Amino acid sequence: MKAVYTWSAILAIVFASVVGDVLLARAMRQVGDVGALWRRAGLGVVIGRTLGNPIFLLGVAAMAVAFFSLLFALSWGDVSLVAPAAASLTFIGNAVAAKIFLHEKVDRRRWIAASLVAAGVALLAG
Amino acid sequence: MFARRAQILQRQRQALQDDNRSGLPSKLSVNFRKYLVLAGVTVFAAAGDSMLSHGMKQTGGISVNHLQGVIFAVLNPWVAVGILLLLAFFATYMTALSWADLTYVLPATSLGYVILALVARFVLHEHVSPLRWLGIVLITGGVGFVAGGPSLTERHPAHLQPESSESGDEVSVVAAAAKAPLLAKDARNGAPQVGVKGES
Repeated sequence: MKAVYTWSAILAIVFASVVGDVLLARAMRQVGDVGALWRRAGLGVVIGRTLGNPIFLLGVAAMAVAFFSLLFALSWGDVSLVAPAAASLTFIGNAVAAKIFLHEKVDRRRWIAASLVAAGVALLAG
Repeated sequence: MFARRAQILQRQRQALQDDNRSGLPSKLSVNFRKYLVLAGVTVFAAAGDSMLSHGMKQTGGISVNHLQGVIFAVLNPWVAVGILLLLAFFATYMTALSWADLTYVLPATSLGYVILALVARFVLHEHVSPLRWLGIVLITGGVGFVAGGPSLTERHPAHLQPESSESGDEVSVVAAAAKAPLLAKDARNGAPQVGVKGES
């Protein structure tokens, strides 16, 4: 039964952090190239435009949910299972979500990269 | 939705004009700066995480019944520096996402895991098992794969730095909107030229 709890918490982490990453990426795409904006309009404008972006705030909220799910998962399962499982599943989930929601062209090169990194993370932290 | 798209297109055109007008720094230095940001994401995340975990081990576990322990944990210098580093990580991560794909930034910055393992092996003299070495090889391979490709794929509607136009379009739009009633009033009073002076 504990395994079920642990894995649902892991899935919650993965879901929340994928949602957060996609929202943050979309928000920053709207803000535009931060370096260019900084040179032209100053740091204050960069910060104001980022923090004033509702999608950015939603992304941060999703990241907070992911963090608290991590705390829950850690209270039920071992770090050596939770951390690598959540991290590597997040890599795969992000590749899928970026293709669907951000319209990124995830070609074979990027699928291979995401899978290699996901496998590597699972081995490394395991 | 369509208004947003039109706005972005307008900005792209503006950005192109700006690029042509002001002699932008050479492509090489721009690329170098971007690699510096990606390296920042990697290093800040790895350093922040390890400082935080080191500090939290010093302060001891925090139980659910004593949540105020979190506040005291921040007083630990390792934890404080770790939090600062993670803030720096977040800033560089957001910067990278502003000009690169998510599927590029994430694998490209996963070298942090490798750095952590190498620090564990050569600084902390921990044992790194063969399986973990295999993990390091896989991650490094994945980073090599994605780093060889383009950082931004072409299907983005807004891949041309949407908001790099000077002083922000919104500002001038708002200014124009604010001026419009004034102009109308002036026209009624028979002095239509007043509001136009400030615009260029």
